[in-house]
Amino acid sequence: MAKHALRATGVTQKFGSFTALRNVSFELEEGEVHCLAGENGCGKSTLIKVINGVNIPEPGAQISFHHDPAAARVFPHDAKRHGVHVIWQDLALFPDLSVAENICFDRFVAQPFGGRNQAASRQMAEEVIARIGIRLDPDARLGDLSIAKRQLVAICRVLAANARIIFMDEPTASLTRKETQALLDIVRKLSSEGISIVFVSHRLAEVLDVCSRVTVLKDGSLVGTYPTKGMTQKRLSELMTGMELSEQQRQPKTFTDTVLELRNLSRPGEYEDISFSLHKGEILGITGLMGSGRTELALSLFGMTRPAGGEIVLEGKPVRFASNHEAIDAGIAYVSEDRLNLGLDQTQSIVKNTAATVLDDLAEPTFWLSPSRVRALCDHWIDQLKTKVSNPELPVNSLSGGNQQRIVLAKWLATNPKVLILDAPTVGVDVGAKAGIFRIARDLAEQGMAIILITDEASEVHAHADRVLILREGRIREELSPHDIEEEALEGLINA
Amino acid sequence: MPKMLASPEGVLSALILALCILLSFATDSFLSLQNLFDLLNNQSVNIIFAVGLVVVLIAGGIDISFSVAASVVQYVTVVLLMQLGGGNWALGLLLAGATGIALGLVNALFIHRFRIVSIIVTIGTFNVFFGLLMYLSRGRSLYGIPDWLYDRITILSIPMERGSATLYLPVLAMLVMVAATWFILSKTGLGRQIYGFGSNPDAARRSGISIAWIQAFAYGWLGLCAGIAGLMQAHIVREVVPNALYGRELDILAAVVLGGTVLGGGRGTVLGAVLGVVLLALIQNGLNLLGITPFAFKMIVGAVILIAITASNADRLLPEVLKSRKEA
Repeated sequence: MAKHALRATGVTQKFGSFTALRNVSFELEEGEVHCLAGENGCGKSTLIKVINGVNIPEPGAQISFHHDPAAARVFPHDAKRHGVHVIWQDLALFPDLSVAENICFDRFVAQPFGGRNQAASRQMAEEVIARIGIRLDPDARLGDLSIAKRQLVAICRVLAANARIIFMDEPTASLTRKETQALLDIVRKLSSEGISIVFVSHRLAEVLDVCSRVTVLKDGSLVGTYPTKGMTQKRLSELMTGMELSEQQRQPKTFTDTVLELRNLSRPGEYEDISFSLHKGEILGITGLMGSGRTELALSLFGMTRPAGGEIVLEGKPVRFASNHEAIDAGIAYVSEDRLNLGLDQTQSIVKNTAATVLDDLAEPTFWLSPSRVRALCDHWIDQLKTKVSNPELPVNSLSGGNQQRIVLAKWLATNPKVLILDAPTVGVDVGAKAGIFRIARDLAEQGMAIILITDEASEVHAHADRVLILREGRIREELSPHDIEEEALEGLINA
Repeated sequence: MPKMLASPEGVLSALILALCILLSFATDSFLSLQNLFDLLNNQSVNIIFAVGLVVVLIAGGIDISFSVAASVVQYVTVVLLMQLGGGNWALGLLLAGATGIALGLVNALFIHRFRIVSIIVTIGTFNVFFGLLMYLSRGRSLYGIPDWLYDRITILSIPMERGSATLYLPVLAMLVMVAATWFILSKTGLGRQIYGFGSNPDAARRSGISIAWIQAFAYGWLGLCAGIAGLMQAHIVREVVPNALYGRELDILAAVVLGGTVLGGGRGTVLGAVLGVVLLALIQNGLNLLGITPFAFKMIVGAVILIAITASNADRLLPEVLKSRKEA
């Protein structure tokens, strides 16, 4: 019944001796929302680039749009003619231009000598904004908008360019739950207008929610295309990784050795009256929506901001951190939310990144930083965390996302912390790497480390925490054990 | 209206107005037509430089070679004109503009083709241009300049009690360049491309903008401005001194940044750049008329730049300062 918008078969792409895509087929119907799933490096981006005409596949591919005869490759102007657009994760917008100008930017590119014509841009922008039924000020400066709003601007921009097939790369990675729902509603709306959407996301719940079919790639090969009806997150993860992923809940245990205790900690406008204690070997889940104060609380524990009232007691002694340097010395490690940018110096070597937190210690008792000591430290952690590294002297951006994640962890574990704070450790990380991170966290807890796990994914705290605190508007609203509650109920409490 | 006042242009306009009122009362010569016309004649050169530089800065680059490039243009143009028997102002502007564009394109070539950071390229060309000029001219000034250049072309003359107040060609050249730059930057698709490229080069590339063309335009346009400004400067001082413009680039850069242009690209306006130059000129003129020693000028101008730029960041800095005070 449905007509196809795109049909590609036999797509192979080689880069030198590396095969990025091996005989992959992909089909998209008109008005379909289709998920392209797979772990990082499985060939999703390469396939997108073949379809929008950036990459030229090996001979033998058959790609056709709508009723056109199949061709062995896509020319950029063909992709344009058929309305193929990609919204990359970084959105590729212009922060210093207005919303309307971002939406109409392609007009300026097509006609450099044409007028700027603000009235026309504004009208065009308003029409598109009205079409998807959102509220956006066309005159606002893009740089002043939230990520969620920018995402909407990016969608408006491709619609203004008459998009028929839209690829969305991780559109929800940095959105809150509410914003995600709003975005998914727009996706459904576009689909009802006959626009085909290919959705790339690591958040499997929303994939199953919004998409009708899912195509899974693994290591450059097609695993298969499946209807999402009847598909579970677990099954999809297994298809993507090829592994059985078991998410056993932690065994209920009682912990006795208190490491960290918070007494009525407050910082006006951020969090209020927070009290809890954290024990040796315990994984404490702190959850809540974005803006609930969870990250702000962590930043105070890490000495980046100073609480206005209350007390932090570390191993029985009250502490006040004047800077994060003091917090690190006291044994607190914080793996930040945006760790790939804030946590690593991407162009520096793996060795140097691992040693970054402990340079002074490594140089003791002199100022001489012995390369062999640094290297030994790095090798130790690579081994401990089972990181896949061919050569530690290579820049850290030569690693996959999951392995970069391990290097960030290694860097903080090297400080020998008593308390490890993991802030949203799985944002933008694929399923296989996610499982790896939690395995490491559990091992560390087993060895006696106290861990605070901050996340807004109910499933993560439910499976991996011993105790869960739910924050709302800066206050602790619930404290519960994940063993006493179903995941869905927990999710409901977070969103309440 | 409040939005206008909070913008750098609004703040500068207010400061300029306040300064004008102050100087009108404090000195008797400030508010004379002669003084104002003199100011305009003298500052036209700086304003032409500034509107050229603002294009490069918005496109995310920087250029410090333009003022010595202007010296090269002066020299080359005057030598060529003398060989052609003097020529006229149109030929002069054409030659100066063409030489200026050529020098600007040298910068663009290195920046785009060889992917070198603009500040490094222009430090290099700054030295090459100036070095070549000093070497070939042996540091000698040219006093033999074409008659039209020496006699000055008058565009407006108002008789006064003593002598007359006169506007010369540089003012007209300045008005044309300001209008043209403003039109391109704020009224055309190309202008949006330049802002877009400065704002997010990667996104611009992916939108299908020709980066080579944007770079060539930005540095070429600054070259054009520098060429015209160079010739106009010779027109005002009636001689060509090889190192007359040496060091001017930093004054212009400070004035343009004062006008709200951001190093790093994407933000800035022609109006802001013009107002920045005007403010600094008024301060200098005021100090002069008030009889303050010229040795203090640089220091005072420097302090004003620092204060003004700090103040224009106040909306971002103040909340943080207050916050940290609360914490302490």
